[in-house]
Amino acid sequence: MTGRLKAWAAFWYDFIIGDDWLLALAVVAGLAAAYGLAHAGVVAWWLPPVVVAVAVPVSLWRAVRRARPGESR
Amino acid sequence: MTGGAGALFVAVFLACMVEGVEATTIVLAAGTARDWRSAWAGTLAALAVLGVVVAALGPAVSALPLTALRLVVGGLLLVFGLQWLRKAILRASGFKALHDEDAIYRRQLAEATATGDRPAGRLRVDGYGFTLAFKGVLLEGLEVVVIVLTFGTSQRQLGLAVVAAACAVLIVAGAGVAIRAPLARVPENSLKFVVGIMLTAFGLFWGAEGAGAHWPGSDAALLVLVPAVALWALALTAVLRRRAGAEPA
Repeated sequence: MTGRLKAWAAFWYDFIIGDDWLLALAVVAGLAAAYGLAHAGVVAWWLPPVVVAVAVPVSLWRAVRRARPGESR
Repeated sequence: MTGGAGALFVAVFLACMVEGVEATTIVLAAGTARDWRSAWAGTLAALAVLGVVVAALGPAVSALPLTALRLVVGGLLLVFGLQWLRKAILRASGFKALHDEDAIYRRQLAEATATGDRPAGRLRVDGYGFTLAFKGVLLEGLEVVVIVLTFGTSQRQLGLAVVAAACAVLIVAGAGVAIRAPLARVPENSLKFVVGIMLTAFGLFWGAEGAGAHWPGSDAALLVLVPAVALWALALTAVLRRRAGAEPA
């Protein structure tokens, strides 16, 4: 039973979050911040693209670093 | 057709065409990059749900919380799109092995044939492709219904609004079927790169709208978002390629 639950949770984690949780977190944070700005009467359309423009290179950098575990730079 | 009726037809036709193009893009993305069986299944399931919702709610369908739906669908599309884009950039720059779905399918088929089993890859519905198509068609379909009801009931020409919407959806769906074959000839990683760009751009658009933001130019903002995401992804690929080239072998 526990094994099935774990497999079920792993499936949904892999399905929604995928390879890098940072991107999912950035999306949730970006949209939440845009929601806050928009409902405070501030122009907010620019915020999600900016969050994505920053999150993608950070995620790529993490992947490249992981691909070479012994690398110092 | 009177001038007012003509204007109503054109307005509903164009608005529904925009929604139809958005839904068709998502279905084409799901079908070409994942699996057509799952994309069709997702599309049909969404149309069935849409039919049930419209039959059950009738004109009250315009009271559905479309903004909340946009936020959830946009957020999920954005997460999916960014994961695809990340993988495609890593593959294109040589930091991740190219993924050959055909080779995987051939291997699965050979294994299944050897053991006497049926090829699971072809018979099972791919949840990812199904969900993408389902969400896209359901959200855009609801928007089409709301457009038809809003325009049709406000001008007391519901029948004409339905005909205009049906014409738009049929034309866009036909165009989608026509470009399906040429799309299949595009190399897999290039296709996934493009799909990642499209899902990211649509996810940004819907997610921000669902959060309450208003894009300058409304739907036309997508015409800027798609190339902007593409340029950013290509620039990141170029930087990583240069870095991969500079790595000692």
